[in-house]
Amino acid sequence: MADAGTLRSATALEDADRRKAWGFVAPALLWTLAFFVVPFAFMAAMSLWKREGRDLVRIWNFDNYVRFFSENALFQGLVNSLEITVIVTVISVLLAYPLAWIIAERVPKRLQRLALILAILPFWTSYVVRSYSWLLVLSKNGVINQMFMSIGLISEPLELASTRTATVIGFVHFFVMLLTLTIYSNLIQLSPNYRRAAADLGANAFQTFWHVVLPLTLPGIMTGAFLTFVLCIGDYVTPQILGGNNELVLPQIIMLQLGRRADFPMAAALSIVLMLAVTFAYVACARWLKIERA
Amino acid sequence: MLRRIFANVLSWTYLVLVYAFIFLPVAVLVLFSFQDGRLPVPPFNGFSPQWYEAVFVDRKLMAALGNSLIVALVSSVISVLLGFLAAYALARYKLPGSALQRGLLIAPMTVSYLIIALGLLSLMNALHIPLSLMTVGIGHVVINLPLCFAIIYASMGDHHINIERAARDLGASDFKVMALVTAPMLMPSILAAFFLSVTFSWDEFIIAFLLSRFDVTLPVEIWSMLRSGLNPKTNAIGSLVFLASVAVLLILELSLFGRTKKS
Repeated sequence: MADAGTLRSATALEDADRRKAWGFVAPALLWTLAFFVVPFAFMAAMSLWKREGRDLVRIWNFDNYVRFFSENALFQGLVNSLEITVIVTVISVLLAYPLAWIIAERVPKRLQRLALILAILPFWTSYVVRSYSWLLVLSKNGVINQMFMSIGLISEPLELASTRTATVIGFVHFFVMLLTLTIYSNLIQLSPNYRRAAADLGANAFQTFWHVVLPLTLPGIMTGAFLTFVLCIGDYVTPQILGGNNELVLPQIIMLQLGRRADFPMAAALSIVLMLAVTFAYVACARWLKIERA
Repeated sequence: MLRRIFANVLSWTYLVLVYAFIFLPVAVLVLFSFQDGRLPVPPFNGFSPQWYEAVFVDRKLMAALGNSLIVALVSSVISVLLGFLAAYALARYKLPGSALQRGLLIAPMTVSYLIIALGLLSLMNALHIPLSLMTVGIGHVVINLPLCFAIIYASMGDHHINIERAARDLGASDFKVMALVTAPMLMPSILAAFFLSVTFSWDEFIIAFLLSRFDVTLPVEIWSMLRSGLNPKTNAIGSLVFLASVAVLLILELSLFGRTKKS
């Protein structure tokens, strides 16, 4: 990259430039250090402390992590989180891909932008409200139960809210919108020449899709899926509102440590576990990810 | 021919079904915000504006709305300002360890909000700093600064350098160059960064929940309304927030992004 300093030869001027540049970048760096790096380091350290009664005991130990792996109630949180996140990611991709494909291929060009904006419009409801509105649909006297009962499909209301299914539905709703957007932008970047070439070589529609279109859009899918994984596994709101107190996920257990038990070291240890899960996911799909370097 | 029709019918059916799924909760939310009755579930008893009136006379809700606006605007201004300065320095000067600096500035993007909030909360507790709207704002700058930096940095192309040099040769100081030359050239991305930050801060729950105490933001106030179960008043405030976001989106689409597309 060209440098503003290259025009001036005097080193004194370059030094002055450099000092100025440090002055510009310093506020952002200091903010990130003070309110992100330091708190994070503090939290990591705290995960190695212990709570005894109402006090923090600053003796270094791995008790919290040992407890996490030995206490079923805690470890099950990670299992639930991983199961729900994987289910949500897979269903969301499977629902969003055809939608993005239909918008990119079947909807007339001039209407595509409108179709896309419509597809992600509910994205702009408040996050808390979005989960709440699923409660209106899924609760015992909610829309689905009343509709099914009025047409005689069921005689007793189904228990839809406060279940894992409700959590999954709420998440899928959110991520289908997100993934449709990312997959669509991938599909329209695809040059039609690839498909023409495949057709010329005698491939039918399915073969073209399976051997040409799908592999070419895989990086986009994986990027979207990774984003879904990260946002889903760290979310507290949706499982708390829709899943209720059954089958708690990791963020819910972290919040329980904070609230009822005021056990900060345990909450910190669980957060580190959460972060490690995300890191593993990143490593697992790193070779497909194309996160543009800023 | 028949197969083509069949494929078309299948596509459009799928499209309609997924759109129905996407719009179902929002439609229910808005419809039952007008419910003439105490429960926002079927049967629909008829239109009544009573729950919107209830929202507007609710002092706590209105205070939370004001708080959300203040936090969103102030934290976004700080994020854009710090992000712009950092992007300017890293794009225009050679600084040692600039890759590391960029990585550090982007890093908070990769960490869950819950973890960022928890870290800040433990630190504030340890330093005996009382929780307030300010601590919420600090947290929101942490999550929005990476975003603003990334957006503005990405738009700082090398082709702007010569214009900046010309201004400098004509005697403009660094601040003048930044304020009168660089910032106006980057205005679309600066505004995009700003509005994106406002949206994120405005809608953010977990940081605002953990880092506030007496003064709360709108999502936190709505959260505490949920304890009363299904309530048409929650529908009303939810619908209003949705309407406001869509209005902002429309303005952006028509003005800002419409203009950048042409240029």
